[in-house]
Parts: sequence; C-alpha cells; structure tokens
Amino acid sequence: MNDTLIAPPASFFCDRFGLDNGCLTATLGTALERRVDHADLFFEYTTEDSVALEEGMVKTGDRRLSQGVGVRVQAGERQGYAHSDEITVESLRIAASTARAISEGPGPGRAVAVRSAVAPARNLYPVTRPPTDAPVDRKVALLGEIDAYARSLDPRITQVMASVVAQHRVVLIAASDGTLAGDVRPLVRLNVQVIAANAAGSRRESGYQGMGGRFEIERVFAPEAWRPLVAETVRLACLNLEAVPCPAGTMDVVLGPGWPGILLHEAVGHGLEGDFNRKKTSTFADRIGQRVAAPGVTVVDDGTIPTRRGSLNFDDEGTPTQRTVLIEDGILRGYLQDRLNARLMGMAATGNGRRESYAHLPMPRMTNTFMLAGSDPPEDIVRSVRRGLYAVSFSGGQVDITSGKFVFSANEAYLIEDGQIGRPVKGATLIGNGPDALLRVSRIGNNLELDRGIGTCGKDGQSVPVGVGMPTIRLDALTVGGTEA
Amino acid sequence: MRNPPDAAAVVERALSHARQLGAAAADAMLVESDGVEARVRDREIDFVSQARERTLGIRAFVGDAKGLRSALTSTSDLALAAVTRMAEEAVALARATAADPAAGLPEGDFATDLPDLALFDPADRVLEVEARIDCARRAEAAARALDSRITNSEGSQVSSHFHRVVYGNSAGFFGEYQSASHALFCEPIACENGAMQRDYWMTLHRRIGGLEDPAAVGRRAAERALRRLGARRVSTCEVPVIFDPLTARSLLSHLFACVSGYAVYRQTSFLAGRIGEAIASERVTVIDDGRRPGGLGSRPFDGEGQPTRHNRVVERGRLRGYLLDTYSGRKLGLASTGNASRGASSAPSVGPTNLSLEPGTQSLEEIVATTPRGLLVTELIGQGFNPVTGDYSRGAAGLWIEGGEIAHPVEEVTIAGNLGEMLRALDAVGSDLLWLGSIASPSLRIAGMTVAGS
Repeated sequence: MNDTLIAPPASFFCDRFGLDNGCLTATLGTALERRVDHADLFFEYTTEDSVALEEGMVKTGDRRLSQGVGVRVQAGERQGYAHSDEITVESLRIAASTARAISEGPGPGRAVAVRSAVAPARNLYPVTRPPTDAPVDRKVALLGEIDAYARSLDPRITQVMASVVAQHRVVLIAASDGTLAGDVRPLVRLNVQVIAANAAGSRRESGYQGMGGRFEIERVFAPEAWRPLVAETVRLACLNLEAVPCPAGTMDVVLGPGWPGILLHEAVGHGLEGDFNRKKTSTFADRIGQRVAAPGVTVVDDGTIPTRRGSLNFDDEGTPTQRTVLIEDGILRGYLQDRLNARLMGMAATGNGRRESYAHLPMPRMTNTFMLAGSDPPEDIVRSVRRGLYAVSFSGGQVDITSGKFVFSANEAYLIEDGQIGRPVKGATLIGNGPDALLRVSRIGNNLELDRGIGTCGKDGQSVPVGVGMPTIRLDALTVGGTEA
Repeated sequence: MRNPPDAAAVVERALSHARQLGAAAADAMLVESDGVEARVRDREIDFVSQARERTLGIRAFVGDAKGLRSALTSTSDLALAAVTRMAEEAVALARATAADPAAGLPEGDFATDLPDLALFDPADRVLEVEARIDCARRAEAAARALDSRITNSEGSQVSSHFHRVVYGNSAGFFGEYQSASHALFCEPIACENGAMQRDYWMTLHRRIGGLEDPAAVGRRAAERALRRLGARRVSTCEVPVIFDPLTARSLLSHLFACVSGYAVYRQTSFLAGRIGEAIASERVTVIDDGRRPGGLGSRPFDGEGQPTRHNRVVERGRLRGYLLDTYSGRKLGLASTGNASRGASSAPSVGPTNLSLEPGTQSLEEIVATTPRGLLVTELIGQGFNPVTGDYSRGAAGLWIEGGEIAHPVEEVTIAGNLGEMLRALDAVGSDLLWLGSIASPSLRIAGMTVAGS
C-alpha cells in the first residue's frame, strides 16, 4: 500500500483516478448550469484495518478499502447530493447532473477557477507512514502482551478482549468558490475490555477503556501507553464487583476530569450546532448574549489541537478548523457552523462542517469540546459535598435538543458521604436539562483534562470521531437515576 | 450509465483467487445498493440525495483440520486488480492470526430452497422521486394542519433503498437475493408557552404500496408531540412502568444482546448457561422468524449460506435457545440457527432476523386502565444497559397514570431495574405488536421499577 502514501491528496487523486483541475472545473461547471449558490466535490480514499483478540487468541483481522465521491449542490436552503463509489469523469458528470436537480431554472452559467491545492497551514497530525501500514505481526504481538498483562494483574479476570484499529483517510475537497483542499487523516484506536468474576463465580462485571488519536500507531505499542490503560480496565472491572446499587433522587454531583466532559457534548454542544439554531428547533435558538451557564464557565470547541481524535486540519467542506468560544464566563457566545447554515444565518463558518464519509452530506458537528479550568483544587470540590455522587467515567450519553433533556450513564461512580469518597455504585444515570444544567455548576477545578481519544458522536445516522474534556466540577441538585428509591 | 462487471463473476473470481493463493476455504459477498433519500421541511425541499454503492468482502481461511486462521478484506473498488489484491491481502492477513479449532465455513446444510419472501417489488424500481417527495410534503402538512401549536418541524423524510446480495463460498454454495426498504418519517415540533417538544412517527415497508398513508403518519407524529407539551418531572418512586411498542422493542433488543451466541460463550451475558430455566413471566414468548413474508429482517439464507428458519428463544417464560451462527454454535457445541448476519465488509456475527414477543389480548388502553398509578414510557434516551449483569437504567419521557387514566406528560426522569427481574415482573402484554424493523414488540408492563425524578 506504499503507493497511497504519502503523496499530497491532489496528486494522489490525480494519479490514481486521472482527475486533474480541468475535470474538477468541468464537473463544478455542470452543477453551476442551474441557479445555485454553491457546489462542491468530496473525494475520499480510506483504508481501515483492525485486529482483535479474545480468549487469548487473535482470531480475526479485517482490512477495508473504501473509495468514492460525493457531489453537492446548494440553492437557498436546498441541497442536492449524489455519491458514487466510482471515481470517473463520467460518474462525476452524472452525479453533478443529479445533484443540481434540486435547483429550479437555468443559472447564469459560471466558470469556476479551482485554485491549486492548498496544503494545511499547519499539519496537526503528521505521520511518516499510514497507521494501516504497520506490520500486522506487531499488532498481534501487542494484543498478546495486553492479554497476558491483564490476567497477571488480578486472578479474577476471566476474559480479555482487545483490539487495535487503524484508519488512513485521504480526502480532497473542490468547491465552486475556488476552494481546493486536501487532507491526509490518520486515526488510531486501542480498545480493552475485561470481565472479572468473583471467587464463587456468582457475579461478573466488565470494565472498558480505550485510547486513540491522530498519531503514529507506534504510540499505542509503547508499554508506558498501554500498561496503565490495561491496569485501569482491570481496576474498573474488579471495582464493579464491589459496587452497590445507586440511590435514586436529586443530589449534588461531582464530575471527575476528562471524559465526563461528555456532559458538555450532550447538555450544550449539540444544542449549539448551527442547523438546529437556524431551524429554531434547539432550546438554545436566539439566545446568543444570554446567560446559559454559571459565572466562570467557559466552553470551547477546538478542532486545532495536535494529534487529537476530534481534530482536523480542514473540515469536510475545506474550511480550516478553529477554536470557537461557545460559552464565555456563562454567557452564550456562538454556534458551530458549516457553510450552509453560516450563509443562511449570516454568520461565519467555524470549520465544523463534517461528514462520516463521501456517502453523507456534511452537517455542523463538534470537534473537541471542553470547559476551561477554574481555580478550585479537586480535593476541595469533593470535600464540599455532604451527601452526593462522584462520577469519574461514563459509557455514553444522549440529548433531545428540542426539549433540552439529556442523559448520561456512569460506569465508574462513588457515593460521597460527609465530603469523603465512599462506596462504588453501579447503574448511575444522570439526567438534566441542557439550558439549566450548567447554571448548576458551583465549583470548577484547576485540573482540565481531555479524554483519552475514544469519543464517537452520532447525529442523523452519521458517526464522526470527537473529543471532550473538563476539569473536576460540582453540579448542584442534579437528578440521579438508580434502583434504590 | 456504467457497465459494471457481473456480480456473480466478481464473487467467483475472488473465491478462485483466494483458493489459488493457498486458502483452505473462502467465501465472498458482494452487496450492491442504490437508493434515494429526501427531506422536506417547512414545505420546501431540504435535501435530495442519491446513492450507488457496491462492496465486495472476501474471507479467507488458511490452515488445516487442527485449526484455521481467518481474515476478511473488503473493497469498493471492483476492478480486477483491486479484487486480486484484496484476495491476496485476505490470505496474507489470515496467516498472521491464530489457528482456531472453531473457525471455518459451515460443514454443510446450506440453503437449497430460496423462497420468495416478498422482499422486493420490481414495480417500485420505476421510482418517481417527485412522488416520494410529495408524500413527505403531505405528511408534514398534515402534522401542521392538526393543531396550531405545531409550529415547527425537523422535517419529513422519505427513503427508498434497493439491495442485491450475492454470496458464494468454496464449499459450493452460491445464492443471491434482492430486497428493498421504503420509509416515511415525520418529526414535527409542538410549542406552547415557550417550551418545545418534538416527537415522530414513521412507516417502513418492503413495498412502496405497503406504506401507511402520509397524512396519517403526519397526524400521528403531531399527536405524539402535542401530548408531551407541559411535561414535568415526578417525585422519585417505585411504580409499574408500561412501555409502548416503540420503546418496548428496545427491551427486546437488550434481550437479543443476551441470547446472542457470542455474548453467551464469552460469558458476557447474564443469560449464559441458563437454557431451560424460567427467566421471564409465563406471558413471555419470543420468536425469531427468518422467513416472515415481507419481514424487514427476512432473508432466504443467512450470512454463511445457511437457511433461515423459525427459532424459539423464550417459550412461556422459559429460555429455549440461543441465536447462533456457525462459529458461536461451535463454541457452545450447538448447530447454527441461521442467524449469521454480515455485510460485505464485516465477518459474520449473530443478528436477529424478525425477532418478536408474541402479543397478548389487551389493548394499551386496557393496560393503562388497570394501572392505578404508574408511568407509560414513550421515549427512552441514553445507553444504560449492561448485558453482563442485566442492570438497566435509562432516561425516559412519557405519560403519568393516576387511577387508570393518563394524568399528565412526564420528562427528565430515569427508570431503573435489572432486565432479569423486569422480565419476571412483566405482568401485561398488549395486543398491539408493531413491526418497524427487525425487532418488534407489543406494549409491555413491568410490575415495578424505580423512577427517579425530583
């Protein structure tokens, strides 16, 4: 697969499929024969592989090659889209004719001059070779070491499941405004799940941890990276063997740093995506300038952090990513925008136009969303709670952006009694109302952490990799679901 | 249009190339899909999207009777050079994995009869996109016309997808089938006193002619959104919880996750090792029927060429059997149940075909009327289910019941319990079985769950 790499995307697609600037210009010209506002082409060539272990054996290896092109035309609020797994001049012409059908009437017929390809101003994830080129034997060896190490840590471990997944994606975006942007996107992920059983075999619990990002795959091969991860997974499964049912009701909640930032993703992030606010279907519509969080709460979405899972040099419409302040000291400042919604709302695109693949239309999506640090030592925050819940890790969350109600499920949580961390509890689910949840923030820690690089966000059937982060925070009087009434 | 290589020839070429490279066995699946989707919002077209895709997956096994090593590769580039290279990579990758005594193709019993399951109507191929968009318009218009409080919408969406699956293996099986799915989905927003509520209704069928009337879909969606207006929390309590058919099917999908052969042999299911035991109320009978005519999960053969069939999972509360493909069956010393599920780019795993809980005789209204105080759940959010333990805790919205009548809408609460205990405490099964996918349930009532609120 050395031929895929690591040529600049424009020459990669030109060499492989014979697409030169003339062809791109002609295709966009076909789209622009109608009255349209914008047209773009998205080319993709993705290789993904995964190797998985269970029962002490690497039983399977997969390798997937996916290529295609999506042609999009925008006219007012309308979008026409056609995609094909064939990348040929003929399939491009057909797709452009299909996509432009949403526009009524002939347009002025514009000539498009596609600029020469723009390389990213800064490459956030340079790699010397695609992660999919790493020898499979090295991945097999890693998984074997993980299995042995997990079992050596605690005799109660009965199952170890681990996988290493690598992706190498080359994209090229050409648009009617002359944009021509290419990007080479590596993505690596290591997953570890273990099952622990008590001595009698009467109770089993699982633990899961993962890590990843846009970096050289060698990073996950390093023992100093995977050993703490495996130890953490084993600790979690064994801890859950001791966990008691979670009490239900309203209580003060302390969220640990890092991955619990999923709170921001669900409670406010989705509700601030431009499409929902243009359509006014979000509970945050028309609220810019209003207080939506407690003083001291600042939330940003930043697609420019090097090597992060949610980062991109360009979004999937060719707009450079940026750091966007969503909430500043508790006041709503901005939305996340793709080109369509930015144009219709008279705002600037923020580099958040993302799509799962060439087979999908872009939408406003988050990148890495996190809360900035405050000044409280995390120990003081826990000590400030008389009776409550300390939640450290979550398995997932979901939001209804219209009613604002969100939920997320803890897979590591403890009771707090008189300011002390007490027994572990299982099955804790937190539920709240987006516009009011961040008003309940009463303490903000000085310990901002980002997650380990495992987030995947689903919207309208499309999955994209994202990141979250947060310092330790305290939320007053949140509803906690559990089985103990 | 294009002049693609013949699908059967591509599959044959992949198999023969893998065998020439030394694979002891191989299989290949080619999936061709095309379709159109469109959304209307505020009477205007929001988007129209057309798609064509073909993906070939090649699975190679190397080794001998003591154990086979396996790997899978897939490509959307079907040029000869790409197919050849992916076959080579499958064989090379397989050599790097471990020899597994349970790996390999089924030993036999491949499907011989491929019945017409009414999965596709060729007449629907002559698809008028404008007519489908008009259905979306009519659904949204009906939703808006129902009540002046329907002031906004996430839109109304139509889709038509056509699939052709061609599968062959080195054991001599070769088969193909076509299927289609057509859908109409409407999601209006009701607004009152500054608060918004969304909800949806949908219709899904193998034939366009089998879809519900668009206006009826729109009205139903609007009624569901309207009845949520004024929702509030309730105090934390333990009460009977009724799941409507839309939410009840999620309980059945949790049950499926626990009877899937992989979860059983991995011991990641609380139902592992419990065949023959009473795991649920006698009211519970669960069937997986792979050949239900027109079923949204029906197929004449599974992802390994095995015939699909009628499987009893739970019979009057007793766990009768797990759902298996060849691999998970071998791990448990059992035969495949014809539940191998795969796409072109994924190896087989276990999937439901048409999994349903047998309906009872009471209407949902009758179940509500016999509930003195409780919660009727109409929406669930979040992922709070743990198949290892059965622990269950999710966010919910719905309707509060007092004295056997709907009192007011409820939101921002959680419901919690344990699936094992919930199945045993199931004390009412509705007559309203609703098929909106490959898993279906009637309304269900659980005698007691913890509802957490204010």
